[in-house]
Amino acid sequence: MILVKNPVIALAGNPNTGKSTIFNALTGLKQHTGNWPGKTVLKAEGKFNYKGTTYTLIDLPGTYSLLANSLDEQIARDFICFESPDVTIIVADATCLERNLNLVLQVMEITSNAIVCLNLIDEAKRKRLEVNVEGLSQELGIPVIATSARNGEGIPELLEILHDVVNGKIVPQPRQVVYSKYIEDYISKLQPQLDKRLYGRLNSRWVALRIMEGNPKIIEAIQQYLGHSIQLPTLKEVII
Amino acid sequence: MSEVKIIPLAQLPIRSWGKVHSLLAKDDSRRRLMDLGLVPGTRVEAIRRSPLGDPTAYSIRGATIALRKEEAQKVLVIPTER
Repeated sequence: MILVKNPVIALAGNPNTGKSTIFNALTGLKQHTGNWPGKTVLKAEGKFNYKGTTYTLIDLPGTYSLLANSLDEQIARDFICFESPDVTIIVADATCLERNLNLVLQVMEITSNAIVCLNLIDEAKRKRLEVNVEGLSQELGIPVIATSARNGEGIPELLEILHDVVNGKIVPQPRQVVYSKYIEDYISKLQPQLDKRLYGRLNSRWVALRIMEGNPKIIEAIQQYLGHSIQLPTLKEVII
Repeated sequence: MSEVKIIPLAQLPIRSWGKVHSLLAKDDSRRRLMDLGLVPGTRVEAIRRSPLGDPTAYSIRGATIALRKEEAQKVLVIPTER
């Protein structure tokens, strides 16, 4: 068992999924909020202890995506990509699960250390929606925990899974999104070029997809993180 | 064979449904519309329009989302039955 000292946990999710309620349920009264230098949007930070380990929890702004360019999305994306949290918990709304899965998949493309917290499960029940939690977990390849944070339901289970993922007892195996052959061909050309330059600092498949997408702001953020001594390959370099 | 009618989402009458055909938006705004759930095949209902005619609230995959006319112009839909 690997023991990670002072693990950092990111809390991501769409707006209005009860992210802050989860945050409060996990951190209890030990919560305090902090402002990041240079950022105008608040990211809350809290600490809690579980089984002798002190966890730092970062509440990221609620977003539908990590790939567009609002400030909230930038903050969430930069944190998950560049600050490498030990685990990212994605809070999803059980009453409209489908629209939350976009963010789940986007996070899974960046990091394999991801857990889905399926919140508002009580409200889903009231709407007569039943979610096959086990099936969802198998489909995604990462742990899924159903919670109703305002009643404290599912929080002990969430803590236990979090602990197991942090300590390597559970290793999530997120299912890879497979794109069309055209795109996959480019990925397989870009990826070896990237592996040579990234030294594992970023997920090369994810960077390859961003190069193909060609969003200048995201590429600039990646470049800034890597430093300018590392040149990212361009699409032109790998055109057959 | 009858021709399929395609209209901008902005022209979908209130309380009627449409299915997303394609997006005209590019780059960031295209990404944003897709992140909101507007991908080809998605069913959308126009719920209500603000008193000034803009924005309009749409029901998209279980959430109510307000779009400006400018954005809704760039989503092409096929009007459908409920």
